[in-house]
Amino acid sequence: MKYISVFDIVGPSMVGPSSSHTAGAVRLGLLARRIYGRKPDWVKFTLYNSFAKTGKGHGTDKGLVGGVLGFSVNDVKIKDSFKYAKEQGIKIEFSMKEDFSRHPNSVDIKFYNESSMLVSGNSLGAGEVQINSINGFNVDMRGDFPTLLMIYKDQPGMIWKITKFIQDANINIATLHCERKDKGQEASTVICLDSLLPDELVEKINITPGIYTVRSIDMLEK
Amino acid sequence: MNNIENFQELQELARDNKRFYEIFMDLECFKLEKSKDQLNDLMLSHLNDMKASIKNGLSNPKLSVSGMSGTDSAKVAERYKNGKNLPMNKLFEKVLSYSLSVIEENQRMGKIIACPTAGSCGIVPAVVVAYGEELNISEEKQINSLFTAGGIGKLIAQQVPLAGAVAGCQAECGVGSAMAAAAIVELLGGTNIMIINAAALALKNTLGLVCDPVAGLVEVPCVKRNAFFAIHAVSASELALAGVETVIPMDEIVVAMKQIGYLMSPDLKESSDGGLATTETGKTIAHKLVKLWFENN
Repeated sequence: MKYISVFDIVGPSMVGPSSSHTAGAVRLGLLARRIYGRKPDWVKFTLYNSFAKTGKGHGTDKGLVGGVLGFSVNDVKIKDSFKYAKEQGIKIEFSMKEDFSRHPNSVDIKFYNESSMLVSGNSLGAGEVQINSINGFNVDMRGDFPTLLMIYKDQPGMIWKITKFIQDANINIATLHCERKDKGQEASTVICLDSLLPDELVEKINITPGIYTVRSIDMLEK
Repeated sequence: MNNIENFQELQELARDNKRFYEIFMDLECFKLEKSKDQLNDLMLSHLNDMKASIKNGLSNPKLSVSGMSGTDSAKVAERYKNGKNLPMNKLFEKVLSYSLSVIEENQRMGKIIACPTAGSCGIVPAVVVAYGEELNISEEKQINSLFTAGGIGKLIAQQVPLAGAVAGCQAECGVGSAMAAAAIVELLGGTNIMIINAAALALKNTLGLVCDPVAGLVEVPCVKRNAFFAIHAVSASELALAGVETVIPMDEIVVAMKQIGYLMSPDLKESSDGGLATTETGKTIAHKLVKLWFENN
């Protein structure tokens, strides 16, 4: 069982009012932005179910935008995150939906710039979050491990090539999840590591033939 | 060093009169791989954030987005500033107004320390800071009392997740009150047995408490409940310091709490599908807020 610390009980330091609907929203925004990996110029959020119904009173919208801007969960700037987004020239849009096949607290975040990316996630409670879909690929990313995300052409030897770089850095793999859309089409791999892969190795993966996207995503702060 | 699994183990570890906060601090140093100074600094920064949230809340009594809360702490403070024939002392007033100011600040998106949760964030800070100020208790002792409170909460959380959605409000404000009761006994130098009794008496008296927030927001009944449960912690600590003991041992109370949480209808666990949330007024408020937001987007 995961160790429960005194500081999990007295803490975290956060901006209210809700760990699931505010702090969770900030962390979803943070994680999604790290996955997108660059500054967007336009972000469209779609909130579902409880997030949609109670989000206004919980500041879920401000939290998500704050996270996308890189604010931490206890940053008092979150309250004015729409203003800061405007200052940075990022256009923000929100819409609300009901879809009971989705988690009660779920959100789609669509980033636009030269390239677009659709990231979906859920706030699981007590500030814990899960990204469960990236551009249509099923994933399970919770910000609790340094993580490598790759989207590449489905062809023999790709996983071997990627994991070779991880072995070169003598880094241990905690979990590995692969998926493909169809034979020979796009495939994705998410690898949770025990430490972050050095930038030069990430770059080597990036220039490997067949790789479309690679992201090295650090853990979320507690 | 092994984790402390339950209250019985804690009491065994404290046989030679080692204080609970010392036991938890040693455990945290080992598990988090940090020095005592580092942990004390982190807890001090939490204490300072608690004090700031009290001050910010009292000096900025604005209504929340929903308009359901935000000005109650200032009302209590005002009564004691100007009132005559006041039956209670300054300590009582501070416990009430501080608990309200923190939870109101939370609702206005101010910075708070979740303790154990955001919806119960007013209880522990109110008693630690109010007792600290009124009884001139040192900062060091206030920090120690937060380790005691956090340790009590940790042992409960190992058995029952502290979330309204899992076990109702007994797991949020109920546990907050048990933690606060333990903190007060530590601040006043009571024995380890008294600390356990204070926590047990407080927790036992909150069993069965549901989580039925109006419009799904951490406001009604949460804001006022923080004030009630801060005073509830004061009562539990006074009983324990007087030598009143719990008949049911703390570990068994936690088992009962877990069982009650399991038996509780999902409609009464943070889903806002029952209780106060589905009263006529509760539904009207929820409907109005949803309409307002959908119209503005």
